[in-house]
Amino acid sequence: MYKNLNRTQKRRKLSQFIMFGFFRVSAAINGIALLIIFYFLVARGWRAITWTFLTQPPMDSMTRGGILPCIIGTVCLSLGAIIAALPIGVASAIYLNEYAFQGRALRIIRLGINNLAGVPSVVFGLFGLAFFVVYLKMGVSILAGALTLGVLTLPVIIGATEEALRAVPETYREASLGLGATKWQTIYRVVLPTALPGILTGGILGLSRAAGETAPIMFTAAVFFTPSLPSSIFDEIMALPYHIYVLATAGTEIEATRHLQYGTALVLIVLVLGLNLMAIIYRARLQKRQ
Amino acid sequence: MEKSLKIAIKELNFFYRDFKALTDISLDVYAHEVTALIGPSGCGKSTMLRCLNRMNDLIPYSRVEGRILLNEQNICDPDVDVVSLRRRIGMVFQKPNPFPKSIFENVAYGMRVNGIKDKAYIAQQVETSIKAAALWDEVKDRIHESALGLSGGQQQRLCIARAMAVKPDVLLMDEPCSALDPIATQKIEELIHQLKKTYTIIIVTHNMQQAARVSDITAFFYLGKLIETDVTDTIFTRPKLKQTEDYITGRFG
Ligand SMILES: Nc1ncnc2c1ncn2[C@@H]1O[C@H](COP(=O)(O)OP(=O)(O)OP(=O)(O)O)[C@@H](O)[C@H]1O
Ligand SMILES: [Mg+2]
Repeated sequence: MYKNLNRTQKRRKLSQFIMFGFFRVSAAINGIALLIIFYFLVARGWRAITWTFLTQPPMDSMTRGGILPCIIGTVCLSLGAIIAALPIGVASAIYLNEYAFQGRALRIIRLGINNLAGVPSVVFGLFGLAFFVVYLKMGVSILAGALTLGVLTLPVIIGATEEALRAVPETYREASLGLGATKWQTIYRVVLPTALPGILTGGILGLSRAAGETAPIMFTAAVFFTPSLPSSIFDEIMALPYHIYVLATAGTEIEATRHLQYGTALVLIVLVLGLNLMAIIYRARLQKRQ
Repeated sequence: MEKSLKIAIKELNFFYRDFKALTDISLDVYAHEVTALIGPSGCGKSTMLRCLNRMNDLIPYSRVEGRILLNEQNICDPDVDVVSLRRRIGMVFQKPNPFPKSIFENVAYGMRVNGIKDKAYIAQQVETSIKAAALWDEVKDRIHESALGLSGGQQQRLCIARAMAVKPDVLLMDEPCSALDPIATQKIEELIHQLKKTYTIIIVTHNMQQAARVSDITAFFYLGKLIETDVTDTIFTRPKLKQTEDYITGRFG
């Protein structure tokens, strides 16, 4: 009998070893994929990164010069998207998670939000064109593009915020209500501060998503080429992802501008990582304060 | 001293959906006494406690019948302002649940949400409450550090301080010592002795010795019914019912 026990134990150890090995490899694949992408971009694009590249508009049919308008455009669009979407997304999540009666109607709304997350981004682009650009007469502009991207990021933000709110222990709410706080005071003073790091994560994800999208801005904000920087939110604008797309598919000299395409992609990735890093540092500071 | 009636529970029934968690409970609680609720797990002690500050309102599928008179006002009435009721009836939970805020802010919280703005008064009251909870000496140098850095016993005393800072009438304690070591438990029991001069206390406990040590009145619950209630000494020495005796002597079930 003792021998038997020994054998099962060995088998259990082996199966644990195999499973853990599998998990480890799976986790490693993610990291490696990111590294490969990054390596690829650096190897092919770093030659393009010069001071001129970062501070000048494109020249000579975009075969020389820089990408400054695109950088500024992408920053405007993604920040605009977050400014528009974060308050609405957080408010919706608060309503869904804290106030709404948890019943059938709520399940349907949730289903709607989840499906919204699965809608292809080009559909958002068409929606933005029809609604913001044409119907609301915003024209092709930063405003229309930022709002379209905002709609696109809403499900991401709502999802992350709801998750963050659900992670706030029920005991905090009970403690607060038990001291004579109203529901809103409880949410405002205890639940939201506790959930803030998680909400910020949602914001980061939304921002990254918005910065990288091409299709939604194609019809609503971005133009092929403009040498001037935008002066108001009603101006059209260049943007990094769309610029890459244009250079790679419709430029006059697709092959000759390869390094510019990779350079632009590198700038986009660094920009997104930079934005993420800022938010991560801010989040860490918040968490430490708690 | 003349006993004065603080809370009168009258023919109370409580339901979670169709499940009747409390059946026909009638119980009197007197001011400046400690009333202990004892009984096996799942018999409805927490449910009883949570009826008293309407915490069960948070459970949408729950329903209550009967009356609970606090200073002769029926607090089960839907018109009752639960926010001010909960300010008057403080609660200390089974697991210490300080907010992820500083020690100071934890205790100040109740005053802040109740609209007190006077900084000097808040600071004063925070200190008084923490002292009353026998915690001051341990935390006075780190009052602005996170409450989550305190030990379990310290956290629980902080929760007691937090509950006292809004000057409630009644203090409900749901197994306040269940997560604590004997020394922290002893501190809290001593604290309860002090507190009953000011407050009316209702405590749930699984620890028979604790009930015997801290309470004046003991109520024995079983399967949602109040089986026997009497002066604590009497319950523990000459209970009237066999069921009660079996439970307190550990011969239960
Ligand atoms: N939220 C709820 N929904 C449905 N049933 C519940 C809920 N809370 C408690 N109950 C049920 O009500 C009964 C009484 O529960 P209660 O928590 O009041 O018991 P208790 O005496 O406090 O037990 P313990 O000593 O384990 O804390 C139990 O049968 C429990 O399963
Ligand atoms: Mg309980």
